[in-house]
Amino acid sequence: MTSPNDTSASIQATGAAGVDAASQSKQRRLAWRSTLQAIGMLPVLIILGVVFELMSGRFMSFQNLSIVMQQASINTVLAAGMTFVILTGGIDLSVGSILAAAAMVAILGSLIPEWGMLGIPAALLAGLGFGLLNGALVAFAKLPPFIVTLGSLTAVRGVARLLGGDTTQFNPQLPFAFIGNGTLFGLPWLVWIAFAVVIISWFILRRTVLGVHIYAVGGNPDAARLSGIKVWAVLLFVYAFSGLAAGLGGVMSAARLFAANGLQLGQSYELDAIAAVILGGTSFVGGIGSIWGTLIGALIIAILTNGLILVGVSDIWQFIIKGLVIIGAVALDRYRLKGSART
Amino acid sequence: MVGSTPILEMKDISKTFPGVKALTNVKLTVYPGEIHALMGENGAGKSTLMKILSGAYQADPGGEILISGQHVTINGPLAARQHGISIIYQELSLAPNLTVAENMLLGREHTSGPMVDRRSMEKACQDVLGRLGVHFRATTKVSELSMAERQLVEIARALIANSRILVMDEPTTSLSSRETETLFALVRQLRAEGLAIIYISHRMAEIYELADRVSVLRDGSYVGTLVAEEISAERLVQMMVGRDLSSFYKKEHDAHQSRGPILFEVRNVSDGVRVRDCSFQLHEGEVLGIAGLVGAGRTELARLIYGADPRAHGEILLQGKRLSINAPEDAIGSGVVYLTEDRKHLGLFLDLTVRVNVNVNVLGRDARMGGVLNLKAARDRAAAAIRSLAIRVAGDVVPVGSLSGGNQQKVLLSRLLETKPKVLILDEPTRGVDIGAKSEIYRLIDNLARNGVGVIVISSELPEIVGICDRVLVMREGRIEGEVGGAGHPPVTQENIISIATGVREAAE
Repeated sequence: MTSPNDTSASIQATGAAGVDAASQSKQRRLAWRSTLQAIGMLPVLIILGVVFELMSGRFMSFQNLSIVMQQASINTVLAAGMTFVILTGGIDLSVGSILAAAAMVAILGSLIPEWGMLGIPAALLAGLGFGLLNGALVAFAKLPPFIVTLGSLTAVRGVARLLGGDTTQFNPQLPFAFIGNGTLFGLPWLVWIAFAVVIISWFILRRTVLGVHIYAVGGNPDAARLSGIKVWAVLLFVYAFSGLAAGLGGVMSAARLFAANGLQLGQSYELDAIAAVILGGTSFVGGIGSIWGTLIGALIIAILTNGLILVGVSDIWQFIIKGLVIIGAVALDRYRLKGSART
Repeated sequence: MVGSTPILEMKDISKTFPGVKALTNVKLTVYPGEIHALMGENGAGKSTLMKILSGAYQADPGGEILISGQHVTINGPLAARQHGISIIYQELSLAPNLTVAENMLLGREHTSGPMVDRRSMEKACQDVLGRLGVHFRATTKVSELSMAERQLVEIARALIANSRILVMDEPTTSLSSRETETLFALVRQLRAEGLAIIYISHRMAEIYELADRVSVLRDGSYVGTLVAEEISAERLVQMMVGRDLSSFYKKEHDAHQSRGPILFEVRNVSDGVRVRDCSFQLHEGEVLGIAGLVGAGRTELARLIYGADPRAHGEILLQGKRLSINAPEDAIGSGVVYLTEDRKHLGLFLDLTVRVNVNVNVLGRDARMGGVLNLKAARDRAAAAIRSLAIRVAGDVVPVGSLSGGNQQKVLLSRLLETKPKVLILDEPTRGVDIGAKSEIYRLIDNLARNGVGVIVISSELPEIVGICDRVLVMREGRIEGEVGGAGHPPVTQENIISIATGVREAAE
């Protein structure tokens, strides 16, 4: 037997030389990939904008863009909450129903004489409460998120109808009507709120310990537990945050409409929110994604809706085209990032 | 046996994985009607050889496999089955939600027209089950069966497929002694029916009792074959170990000369199933090994101590004070940390950056205003870890999944070290790590011990454990069966450890 030391030394030496050259090109590849990942769907967003401008000639006006952002605002708020949940590898199907229930609470609260502004905190608390309930069932009862939130999708919808006596509730003198219809520095309040939610989400995800723990739990729940991360607390938080976002969405929606309807409001909003998150490049199994991606995803959906109307496409075809664009965009994304560590 | 044609001949079988040669020119000859034991340390290449036989791996070009004298190519599990080869793995591969008959004929369902012919399936299976003399029926759901009964289903599945070569990989691991007796009777019956049985086991007693011949592998090479009369524990142990220790193990700290005070103590820890009544003490600056065969309960014991799994009873003391560890965060908080044996699945966050992976345990300690990340601290810690552990990486913001195994392991180690642990439990610290990183990890362990940290090393690599540990506990079947290296105990040698681990010799108390 030759001396193991000689062998090991030579292996180490050749290994080191090889690693340096290989790792440099690998680094470059990784850097390129992470740039691509950061840009994400932005090119799709821009291409869509250009196409609609060319076809309609009206798309790129400030007024229309402001409308697009306003239309995107509620979905952006829901999708921000959804991003947290999907980053942990979960899903929240109940946001549309929670939005309806919270909007109902907001309208009913706004009818209290003198204290109408109470509608806002009441709606937020309602959303937070439903979110905590979802979170407790996922974190402590360890039920699958899909099942839990599918159940609350149905049950909370019932609560929304119950609260409003199964009729549409109005408040023409809504004290917080400015939220839905006013502007600040020329931009609608709804847009400012959505932007604030995105910034807060970014801060939590990228600048707090909790944010790192959210990515960790989504990336590898077993490793997270062994690293001493309180996985239950992380799960409870993300569902509570998603519920709170849906509650805020309820306030925004009520303020826009001066009304809430337990049966129709927020129907299938969860699907648009999920679509925005997925378009934004967040991995469905958790651990990878960013709030900026989600913002772009929500804008793509809003631009599609707005642009297709401007161009004069019928309602039926809008559905078909939207669906195909979502699938196509995600397929493109997968193709682009093929071979990366992402799964 | 002599004179008859071997039912299986494997010649010049090599297998190269990227960076590792797992098998080098291995041969194996098995005759019909014999029980042929295959032995070797963990990692000697037994499983790889059997995976080649079952078509799960392809051997490197140049190897030959002959079945009854005919050259064959086994390029997949289906081909293996067609050549009459069946393997019963340690982790059984049954679908518990299906019936015995459905499992036995999975993928080969009897049909009449487009329909599954359940009656014909059940009758065929019942015939085989009758031949084995079992008392459950073909219509029983597998989930209702015990581990031993499930094993019988696996054997029945091999028989109904008309297998002539049956590979059993550690079949008695989860069986009671009575169940083991039943299994042995059955194995002998199958031998009498002319089947060839390749029997993989670590347990000497089983080899004496069953085997007609034994082949031994070591470091991916064929060492030799003994016939029944020649089999002795000493001979086998020597064949399995017989290699030179190299000097690349680092042991410059001296725990014998200046053994520190008792740092950490584990008393009567059990989980009621796989770990039974384990007690030991760890001194300051000591490197304590835990050896044992796969399945002896070493990892399970470490996880109990760390709070990763619930303890049935037992207590844990650090510097004489009783710790209340109910979850990993409790252990980390007390200064007891654990390096998992499975860094990809249980350790690292592969998609997250090196920086996050190094810092994840101390983010809370560094944070400002109750939870806002201290980015500078994180950057500094990552940079310091990369420097001090010589982690080869271009920057700290690349995903850790893109690093080599050795560098990944160093990232995981640096995460633990950031918590300034008093007790470090390392489970297979050099698994899947290249030789350069290995010696760096040994040096690191040595350094930690010199600085008074108590280090527990769980390893299946005997040379490693002998090379770096001051004292070694040997586990068998969930118990600490013996100790080598301490005062009044036999010296730390591979032979002494294997003897205790396989139950050849009960350790002197």
